[in-house]
Amino acid sequence: MTTPPPIAMLAELTHRCPLSCPYCSNPAQMASVDAELQTDEWARVFNEAAELGVLQLHLSGGEPASRRDLVELVRAARDAGLYTNLITSGIGLTEKRLHALDAAGLDHIQLSLQGTTPEMADEIGGYKGGFDRKMMVAGWIKEIGFPLTLNAVLHRKNLHQLPRALEIAQEMGARRIEVATVQFHGWALQNRDALMPTREQAIEATRIVTEARTALKGTLVIDYVPADYHSDYPKRCMGGWGQVGLNVAPDGEVLPCHAAQSIPHLTFDNVRDKALKDIWYAGAAFDAYRGTDWMPEPCASCDRKLKDFGGCRCQAMALLGDPNATDPVCVKSPHHIDLQARADAHARSDAPLVYRPQPPKVAEPAQ
Amino acid sequence: MIDATAIPTLPRGVRLHFDKVRDTWVLLAPERTVTLDMIGHAILSEVDGVRSFDDITAGLAEKYQAPRDQIAKDSAAFLRTLADRRFLDLMTEVA
Repeated sequence: MTTPPPIAMLAELTHRCPLSCPYCSNPAQMASVDAELQTDEWARVFNEAAELGVLQLHLSGGEPASRRDLVELVRAARDAGLYTNLITSGIGLTEKRLHALDAAGLDHIQLSLQGTTPEMADEIGGYKGGFDRKMMVAGWIKEIGFPLTLNAVLHRKNLHQLPRALEIAQEMGARRIEVATVQFHGWALQNRDALMPTREQAIEATRIVTEARTALKGTLVIDYVPADYHSDYPKRCMGGWGQVGLNVAPDGEVLPCHAAQSIPHLTFDNVRDKALKDIWYAGAAFDAYRGTDWMPEPCASCDRKLKDFGGCRCQAMALLGDPNATDPVCVKSPHHIDLQARADAHARSDAPLVYRPQPPKVAEPAQ
Repeated sequence: MIDATAIPTLPRGVRLHFDKVRDTWVLLAPERTVTLDMIGHAILSEVDGVRSFDDITAGLAEKYQAPRDQIAKDSAAFLRTLADRRFLDLMTEVA
């Protein structure tokens, strides 16, 4: 199989964030503030990405608005010819800053939603007043006219708020909502007891989404990420490892996905040392699970292998300690039944939330 | 089908882009990219936010020397798919 050029790049501008969501996708070992790429380094990476074939740039974090040079970064991305999307909680955006982002050419905003009430949203985000602030930001976004996607992150504590989230998306003028059941990577792994949806909640969410898709056709597009552990087939993680997209961490490490650093045997290249093109086509971490040659049984002879590429490597690592194994979400995995039992046990727990802390200011000395 | 007087418009955040690396036209939309074949590109090139669906298909029929009802049928199916994904607005004039 020949390697296609990447379509999308996730630029994690910083791991800093005013919120401390317990399901944060950032790695347990966060990049320190002093190691973050500088403005001119990011601008160079955006140009390299565009030349490599990237069309869609997602500016993320952490909270990308925590970068003081966000407007300059958006301008650099648009100058490079990239479709530029800001993935934000809204905290750190003012009306003035949104106008500056508009002038810089920002194409689209994806706004996260931690809950549909101040009580829920502020508890999950660990930030008092966050919900009210977000609603103000959403009002400015609508006034300016930025295309908007609302990203509602759902789990056991707030899945009952899904119908209201669909209404809020319409009130905000969003064209699309992402109904995203928490995926258990990063900090979420430590919160499976607190956040795992029940099987009944997962079924109900699917029913609500199916009905809403019909009722809201042409008005609100609904993307749905179902509850993974309760599914029978694994997700097509990242659209296939090293097939569609890449992720640049705040310190310049280039990852096939945002959780890839949880796989101990992988080594990652850095944009400070190598061209993005060389990293994408020849980097060891991208080679490791690209295509189908690495696959064990039951994946190797499975007729779905090009559909889901064996599921998620980081999940196989997290759940089985073996990143080469079939994703245990799959019914064909010998561990599938055990996983479903584990999911039900997590869903019965009453463990408290474990919040994500802030990244260190200065890099810790190597162990 | 699409109303003959409806005016197709690319909303803010949706734009045509020539992808030099893959040597093809694409439609860039929020977090999505649609690869366009020659027909899709021909139709969207006529979408200017001013002319009606009827005007556009009449123009295409003449330009490509093709039966007008066939052009209208194909264009409607294509544009309807984009509208359902919120990549296209179909504005109807207020009476």
